Amino acid sequence: MGVVCFTMKPAPFALFQPKTIDEVLALLHSYGDEAKILAGGQSLVPLMNFRLAQPRNLIDLNRVEGLEQINFHDHTLSVGAMVRQRDIERSASIAERLPILREAIEQVGHPAIRNRGTVGGSLVHADPSAELPLLAVALDATFHLRSERASRSVAAKDFYQGYLLTDIAPDELLVSIDFHLPPANCGWCCTEMARRHGDFAIVAVAVLFGCGRDGRIDFARIAVGGVGPAPLRITAAEDALLGELLEIELFRRAADIGAQSVEPPADIHASSSYRRHLTGVLVRRALATAESRMKGYV
Amino acid sequence: MAEKISIALKVNGLEQTTTVGPRRSLVDFLRHDLGLVGTHVGCEHGVCGACTVLLDGRSVRSCLLFAAQADGSEVTTIEGIGTHEGLHPLQQAFRQHHALQCGFCTPGMILAAIELLRDNADPSDEEIRVALSGNLCMCTGYVNIVRAVRAAAAGKVR
Repeated sequence: MGVVCFTMKPAPFALFQPKTIDEVLALLHSYGDEAKILAGGQSLVPLMNFRLAQPRNLIDLNRVEGLEQINFHDHTLSVGAMVRQRDIERSASIAERLPILREAIEQVGHPAIRNRGTVGGSLVHADPSAELPLLAVALDATFHLRSERASRSVAAKDFYQGYLLTDIAPDELLVSIDFHLPPANCGWCCTEMARRHGDFAIVAVAVLFGCGRDGRIDFARIAVGGVGPAPLRITAAEDALLGELLEIELFRRAADIGAQSVEPPADIHASSSYRRHLTGVLVRRALATAESRMKGYV
Repeated sequence: MAEKISIALKVNGLEQTTTVGPRRSLVDFLRHDLGLVGTHVGCEHGVCGACTVLLDGRSVRSCLLFAAQADGSEVTTIEGIGTHEGLHPLQQAFRQHHALQCGFCTPGMILAAIELLRDNADPSDEEIRVALSGNLCMCTGYVNIVRAVRAAAAGKVR
């Protein structure tokens, strides 16, 4: 992380290990921004070891009941904030009904990271190249937040506000998230470019589309991560797909629009122009893969 | 703030009941408090995989867990999987296939591989590489590590 640091131990803190959501909310109410929530700890604890984060109070969610459900409803998949990424990866119902989520999770870190890392932790940490926030944006997810003051629900597009910045207040807890299920027959693909499997993506894309009975595209989602402070949907590229028949030239056109729509940052891993190039390549590949996975389309 | 937290956990089958400070990491607890120095400390921020142990059967980075969080759990370290006389088949395979040089990454590699083979008895080379991608080795170039895991999976260990 480029930080000169001679001690790799966290600064002192008080550890709270509550068992109920109400106890968590009471602690958050008392300590506010003097406290940090500890979920899987795969992002927060490294930051603490580097002393880039020095929370005085740590509220461990690992013993809290009622945050671990995976439930399908008519139009949504509801996931508790403390569901481990590995449990998503191994869920037979998710593999069958929302396979793009599984494909995305398999690209998150490594097995030992996913064994601890949680859905809620990744969503709230809001790394701009992370897979789960990308899927939340692609699938119009709804975030359910609670505090002692109120309960509220926030759409993914409003939840992500900037680099590592979300709409969550210091006294709020993400309790669960609803992913909206795409049409049953749609094609899907989540792919990314990283130097090594499990590394942070340089660019990550998620695409879904489906066709009506006339063979024309009537549902399209194209979302990209790693090209700005937060994941974003490229609606101009989605619009280019809607109403059209499937053909490879169409995918190329949508990918070009996608590449032209982003203003990626440059950093040590990639230049802005390379990220733009990758956006086009990955969107085009993802669209082609998604087409091959469409059900009932020959 | 420095108050001690009572914990009771099983480490390699033995009950351990003790107290720890809140910021004692699991790996420091294993090494300094229990003397189990087989688990290595590399990067201390979850990148290198040297500190991998099994927590309730699942591989985890023990540098990213606080010992207090392991209360009530069962931890397995490299010391818990075999003996000098009776090596674990993966340890035997690593030795046979020259899958280690300096040995620093080996305990983490083997615990990650144990989890892999428990989930997938016959992994492809690609699946082995993906499963071990979170464990860095600076010596071997990984070829012999993959070979050793494949041999252990196939039961071809002398």
